[in-house]
Amino acid sequence: MASADQYFERQARLRPLEIAFWLATLLPFVVAPNYLSLASQIAITALFALSLDLILGYAGIVSLGHAAYFGFGAYTAGLLSKHYIGEPLTGLVLSGITAGLLGYATSHIIIRFRHLALIMLTLGLGLLLFEAANSASAFTGGADGLQGVKISPLLGFKFDLYGRTAYAYSLAVLFLVFLVARRIIHSPFGLALRGIRENALRMPAIGAPSLAHLRKVYTIAAVMAGVAGALLTQTTSTVSLEVLSFGRSADVLVILILGGAGRLYGGIVGAIIYMVARDQVSGMNPQYWYFWIGLLLVAVVMFLPNGILGGLSALYKKPQ
Amino acid sequence: MLSTKNLNKSFGSLVVAQDVALELPKGVRYALIGPNGAGKTTLINLLTGMLRPDSGQIFLGGAEITGLKPEARVRQGLARTFQINTLFPQLTALESVTIAVLEREGHAHNWWRLLSRFTPAIDEAHGILASLRLGDVANRATRELAYGQQRLLEIALALATRPRVLLLDEPAAGVPKGESAELFAVISSLSSELTVLFIEHDMNVVFRFASRIIVMVGGRILVEGTPDEVGRDPRVREVYLGKHARAA
Repeated sequence: MASADQYFERQARLRPLEIAFWLATLLPFVVAPNYLSLASQIAITALFALSLDLILGYAGIVSLGHAAYFGFGAYTAGLLSKHYIGEPLTGLVLSGITAGLLGYATSHIIIRFRHLALIMLTLGLGLLLFEAANSASAFTGGADGLQGVKISPLLGFKFDLYGRTAYAYSLAVLFLVFLVARRIIHSPFGLALRGIRENALRMPAIGAPSLAHLRKVYTIAAVMAGVAGALLTQTTSTVSLEVLSFGRSADVLVILILGGAGRLYGGIVGAIIYMVARDQVSGMNPQYWYFWIGLLLVAVVMFLPNGILGGLSALYKKPQ
Repeated sequence: MLSTKNLNKSFGSLVVAQDVALELPKGVRYALIGPNGAGKTTLINLLTGMLRPDSGQIFLGGAEITGLKPEARVRQGLARTFQINTLFPQLTALESVTIAVLEREGHAHNWWRLLSRFTPAIDEAHGILASLRLGDVANRATRELAYGQQRLLEIALALATRPRVLLLDEPAAGVPKGESAELFAVISSLSSELTVLFIEHDMNVVFRFASRIIVMVGGRILVEGTPDEVGRDPRVREVYLGKHARAA
């Protein structure tokens, strides 16, 4: 029986490659000090993709409107700093909570649907929130963006022009949330989620309240997306309507599919590749940027159906 | 243990259950037989709550369960398996059965403790697999298991819910004839406390392993009795052998 327990223990153990990966995320401070703002954006996008991975990769909920929670968190953080409190950590927590409340409220509708209906529903919800923010311009600044975001220093560190504080902050939050997500997927709840993804019909037949599980993971993912949105607001001191846009929802889905859904690191690796490529390519010919992303997406989906990480892990397993 | 009163269900003009009244006592091995389209699987779907009856009542251990959701009925002790494998292809056999045990114990909502800390649940899941001769393949992904092993995993998942009543929808479906006896030997070795109802087409198996038989035709229960009684019943012979049997 000991081997049965060890199986789950082995699954949850931190691998050397993972430790190496997280140490490598510190490299930009040394080797690319001029790109720390970009690195910070990548960490935020990675966090957003990680949140999508929890619902898509682990629970099988496909969403084309995940920016709703990202944007809700971003605006909450912006409005909090403008009217009440500029301290970033408090703002981050409160933004996560409000996004989570929105996630919980909307989860009751969303998790009842699957497939095409689910995609349309999440898409519609995203559009709804975007237009609501657009028309409530007295409150949100509308198309001009929210003016007057004022973020206090983080634990005494000012948000500098080079993005040093920004990247350190984003990376630390990404790492902490990653640890939570990792804990979740190696918990009984995480296993139940994979069960729902694998066979939603069987779960009630073994006594599982699938809808309650799905509501819970959707709420958790919304909190994480809201935290990512708040990070963007706090590190850039601006909020524009773009945080709620369909483009952002689509981008994060593309990032996750590129990197590989259902493996935690997929969203992070996808974010690094996507954002670095965009930074490089758009420097050359910005208007054709989506051509290359389209090409990459087609190639990955055709040849690496489990994303770049899925392809790599297959390559790694083969010789054994 | 499990009983129904005047259970009715129809899809449009097609009647799939008509005044079905069942009474399954504790520990009995029931076979549910009947021609294709007789409503056997529909009856299992009605009993387990996957379909709602148009009218009638269902009782488990004396308590009415007609209005309960499928997962609530499972928690009350009513488990089923599926005619077509309804498993978790990418999960290992051990992971699959562990989910069922954790759900039963109320741990599946726990998202903070590591899975490996739930040793009793994991050991129990492994024990169930071992008792069905799946111990050696516990850590293999379900999709890699042989078909016969997947049929056994169907049963293992149901057993992990600790049922009082177990409904098996053609447990040997697709298994070669020689091996189905082996599968039913496993079923008949289950606890004598457990009430089992199985759908099966192979009459040799039915008469060998069932202590009582229910014959369904056109959504109705035609006959219920011991294998001897059912085997002698002229109405059953008519259904199974056609009108010639009566003429002969």
